[in-house]
Amino acid sequence: MGKTLFDKIWDSHIVASKPGFPDAVYINTHFIHEVTSPQAFDGLRKRGIPVFRPGKTRATADHNVPTVDQHLPIKEALSRKQVEMLTTNTAEFGVELYGLGHRYQGIVHVIGPELGITLPGMTIVCGDSHTSTHGAFGAVAFGIGTSEVEQVLATQCILQYKPKRMKIEVNGQLKKGVVSKDIILYIISKISASGATGYFVEYAGEAIRGLSMEARMTICNMSIEMGARGGLIAPDSTTFDYIKGREFAPKGEDWNKALACWQTLHTDEDAVFDKVLSFDAADIEPQITYGTNPGMGMGVTQHIPSLGDIEDKEKPSFSKSLQYMDLAPGSRLLGKKVDYVFIGSCTNSRIEDLRMVAGFVKGKKKADDVTVWIVPGSKQVEAQAIEEGIDKIFEAAGFQLRQPGCSACLGMNEDKIPAGKYCIATSNRNFEGRQGPNARTFLASPLTAAAAAITGRVTDVRELI
Amino acid sequence: MVSTAVPLSIENIDTDQIIPARFLKATTREGFGENLFRDWRFDEQGAPKKDFVLNNPVYKGRILVAGKNFGCGSSREHAAWALGDYGFKAVVSSFFADIFKNNALNNFILPIQVSDEFLQQIFSAIEKDPAAALEVNLEEQYIRIVPTGEQQQFDINPYKKTCLLNGYDDIDYLLSLREQIGTYEASRPFNF
Ligand code: SF4
Repeated sequence: MGKTLFDKIWDSHIVASKPGFPDAVYINTHFIHEVTSPQAFDGLRKRGIPVFRPGKTRATADHNVPTVDQHLPIKEALSRKQVEMLTTNTAEFGVELYGLGHRYQGIVHVIGPELGITLPGMTIVCGDSHTSTHGAFGAVAFGIGTSEVEQVLATQCILQYKPKRMKIEVNGQLKKGVVSKDIILYIISKISASGATGYFVEYAGEAIRGLSMEARMTICNMSIEMGARGGLIAPDSTTFDYIKGREFAPKGEDWNKALACWQTLHTDEDAVFDKVLSFDAADIEPQITYGTNPGMGMGVTQHIPSLGDIEDKEKPSFSKSLQYMDLAPGSRLLGKKVDYVFIGSCTNSRIEDLRMVAGFVKGKKKADDVTVWIVPGSKQVEAQAIEEGIDKIFEAAGFQLRQPGCSACLGMNEDKIPAGKYCIATSNRNFEGRQGPNARTFLASPLTAAAAAITGRVTDVRELI
Repeated sequence: MVSTAVPLSIENIDTDQIIPARFLKATTREGFGENLFRDWRFDEQGAPKKDFVLNNPVYKGRILVAGKNFGCGSSREHAAWALGDYGFKAVVSSFFADIFKNNALNNFILPIQVSDEFLQQIFSAIEKDPAAALEVNLEEQYIRIVPTGEQQQFDINPYKKTCLLNGYDDIDYLLSLREQIGTYEASRPFNF
């Protein structure tokens, strides 16, 4: 019987497998950042052991960093301490760091791919749930906890049970104004925030194949938002073209050898998935979330469910969520006033996202009472945006192009949405307090967010393009 | 272990509620219990919110009983540290998010998955009598509602069970495999 792509990669990375024991899985690339690594380094120190393969771990500072005046010391003492700790830990243990001010610094899931560190067929982990992003290259990539970060530092392996396999097909073609973020928000709204728990997802189908690498990353990024362990997409010429020539990608003869190997990375025709779901791209309209988990989403023109549509046992959670959002069941979001627009995060902060937004807002001006933050995913994205003159377009529109970091995606730095305010965000989580205490988040695509920036309201972007 | 339990009958409790991101700035594993469920437990001035269950002196114990899909969202292990630091030794729910489950086990907190019906039985037993105790038996893998005698078996992976019972951790096991790891590396032509 044939194998799925996921099985091929997983099985070829098993170092030891004992009945009743989890698999010891070899990890090719390990990314770390300042928030989930200090306790792991501390653990090594307590055990008196070094990092086993320091060259296979790369570090960056992203979660805590300010997105203005990055050349100045970080004001907030605790954030500064975490970032400093990353510097001392990586120096002490011999791990490469792309820290604040380094030209490669940025959100961990943005820099791995753009530097050519993320490659097909790899196993990749990071102490961050959105590690699934790297799956877009046909890698098995998933988030881990700090104890597991310590495992990888200590042994370059991790103990894991093999998840089940799910295939999600998106067939047909996307309609105008609908982008990859809408695909993934749509899928999550259909299968719920726990609909893929226990599974590793492979995305397939014409609509997925047609996406650029960066758009594929947006899809894989949010796999975790439906509970999946990770998500991947078989590599193809789009993938190889993207990787070729990047800083750390294989070169010359190595490139040819690697390519030959990558070309075998696909699911066999007769492989069996534990579950298969199919969707039609033509059914997807621009999406927006109305609640406090990413499964509470809908088409931008639709109505929030009424209480009558909700199952009895889910009513308390549903009502609590809408109360937090201060929205009425059964109402529409279209036309709802927004206070902030956040374009950024490892979901949508790459150069294509910025180009998409710039293409749409060129010659337009933002609504008066809206604050717009555009936070590039990395120093390289920032530099590219400036080189292409995108910063000028933003400036003319009244948008603020800030410096790279996680920013208002989780509000660990100063970029917080004030209590009670509505923010339309291109990030991946709308949990209570995620963007700041009592902040209210609508998740949407960069296009839908940009449309709201111009009108000051939740808008159907299709009417403006 | 026999303990009373704290009932939190909310579904989809995500790790941002368990420990909000702004408290992730510590660099050690201790002290997170203070901010467990911070925004549900305290108002903006830091005063305890009366209606939240952890602030109700009637409910206490080393077991947290929570609605379905507990621990979803961010992978932060701080959620497990916060629960452990606060004093919880076990969490009961009818469904756990994967990463949370792992993180909990790695920190010697037992996630006990029971059926939806049994979860409701626990909630109603506690509602009737907050002093109703639960008995958790890891060796035999069952959880029992002491006053009613109702019980249910739960699953736990045999490896994790051995670790929990012996206080042995994953790194101890992986370090014992170092030689095999070296052999594996030598067998691979590329780093992927
Ligand atoms: S941008 Fe948001 S989701 Fe992505 S790594 Fe940073 S905090 Fe996590």
